[in-house]
Amino acid sequence: MIEVKDLARHFGSIEAVKGVTFEVQEGEVFGFLGPNGAGKTTTINMLCTLLRPSSGSARVNGFDVAHQRSDVRRSIGLVFQQSTVDEYLSAEQNLRFHGYAYGISADVREPRMRELLTMVELWDRRKGSVRTFSGGMKRRLEIARGLLHHPRVLFLDEPTLGLDPQTRQHIWTYLHDLRRRENLTIFMTTHYMDEAENCGRIAIIDHGSIVALDTPDRLKDAVGGDLVTFSTADNAAAAQQVRERYHVEPIVQDGQVRFQIAAGETFLPDFVREFPQRLLSVGVRRPTLEDVFLALTGREMRDSELDAKEMLLAGMGRWGR
Amino acid sequence: MSEVWRGTWVVAYREMLRFVSDRSRLLSSFAMPIIFLVVFGAGFTKSMGALAPGVNFIQFMYPGIIAMTVLTSSLFAGISVVWDREFGFLKEILVAPIGRTGIVLGKAAGGTMVALVQALAMLVLAPFLGVALNLKIVLLLIPMVAILSLGLSGLGILIASFMHSQQGFQVLIQILIFPLIFLAGVFFPINNVPVWMEVISKVNPLTYGVDAIRQIFLGSALGLGVTVFGHTMTLLNEVLLVGALGAVLLGAAVLAFNRQE
Repeated sequence: MIEVKDLARHFGSIEAVKGVTFEVQEGEVFGFLGPNGAGKTTTINMLCTLLRPSSGSARVNGFDVAHQRSDVRRSIGLVFQQSTVDEYLSAEQNLRFHGYAYGISADVREPRMRELLTMVELWDRRKGSVRTFSGGMKRRLEIARGLLHHPRVLFLDEPTLGLDPQTRQHIWTYLHDLRRRENLTIFMTTHYMDEAENCGRIAIIDHGSIVALDTPDRLKDAVGGDLVTFSTADNAAAAQQVRERYHVEPIVQDGQVRFQIAAGETFLPDFVREFPQRLLSVGVRRPTLEDVFLALTGREMRDSELDAKEMLLAGMGRWGR
Repeated sequence: MSEVWRGTWVVAYREMLRFVSDRSRLLSSFAMPIIFLVVFGAGFTKSMGALAPGVNFIQFMYPGIIAMTVLTSSLFAGISVVWDREFGFLKEILVAPIGRTGIVLGKAAGGTMVALVQALAMLVLAPFLGVALNLKIVLLLIPMVAILSLGLSGLGILIASFMHSQQGFQVLIQILIFPLIFLAGVFFPINNVPVWMEVISKVNPLTYGVDAIRQIFLGSALGLGVTVFGHTMTLLNEVLLVGALGAVLLGAAVLAFNRQE
């Protein structure tokens, strides 16, 4: 559904996207995960024909993003980071404008509007001015609008940025429902780790390059298994014992010993039974995507956001803007 | 081509929708011209007497004020571009399958429709000012206002495609709008002014738009017309000049809008 080959884009001397290659299958939820400034939005803008690639190529729904822009546009729906609804119009007027712009006939448009507004629970507010809507309502309206012209691919750029966890959950319920019903392909960017869990596959992007691409589970497996955390009266000695018995490298931090091991849940009962010292606490958890990012880049996402900002500021200076 | 037409239509439609739903803009767009007419009319009409046989000051100024209304509402087409950019809606328009040319033409057409509504609403004042009105005047006025407004909307959009904030755009338009209006023969005949002023006024293209509208209302044989190198501009001359310049401005706006990402 989406084929991307060596896609790159630079702004002046800054290489925002340094040649990314990937494919997204029909009906898949594909995520771009990375810190702010990693090149996520630049990639999405190229795929939806808002930005011309500096080099490389991309096809969406079989159409080339550089040369068949109108065909690409007709087959995609978009929800941007910032709100793009007209606040001075009503919800209904916003959707109708979209229908006119995409050339949808009234007999298709009106039932579809009803279906989508009902789905995002805005049907009762359809005559209301968008100015009076909350952030979550605006985002839901944008999702409904992005789907009005029956797109094959829905692009979501940070779809739940700035929304509370409950609203985020709500929006994901709609999206999964839609994907099932319309065999919709979803391409999204996010820097929320938990949101990335909604994806079938994830590309982790850092400094404009893809550093890993796989399902969330396999990415986590690649980190080296589950995380076992425990504490004893003497953590330093306990760490030494772990090193000798299981041939792994534990970390002692914040009064706890931590190490990684495959199949942590079956390992844990044996560990508790066999360990020579008295355990004060013990736990096992699956690694999160945060751990994956840390393992791949050696930095935490939050630190990298600072990096990216500095890089951008330095770059802006050079660029003379 | 169908994409350009659909784009023009849908963008213009929204401009109209916005104009109608924004009551404060609807009212304020009439406030300025009425203030000018009332204050200047009351202040000058008696002391200035007739400017030509049967034409007093307020009757002279009235067509100019219509041109002024057209100018301000046409430039508004530009501010709506900046407004859309600032509030994100421009992105929704840019990713729609309608093309940049359609967007520019739609904004210009929207500005023109608003200008037409305002110009025609101004006609309500004519009987109170002693300005004679007939069907011929109205039928000539509509295409003239449309031609003038399309070009001026093009100018507004051209400027807007380089601007990213409303404040910046407004400041620039203010700087532009006052000399354009005051040196276009809206308030006085430019044949009796100091040479420097006459030269600037005759270079100012708006002068010919103002004069064309005035000729529609007052006829041409008043001795008030604009002369360039001894030639008194006819209505047809002025329509061609304003139309040609408008086409250039609109073309430039399309190019400027296509150039940016």
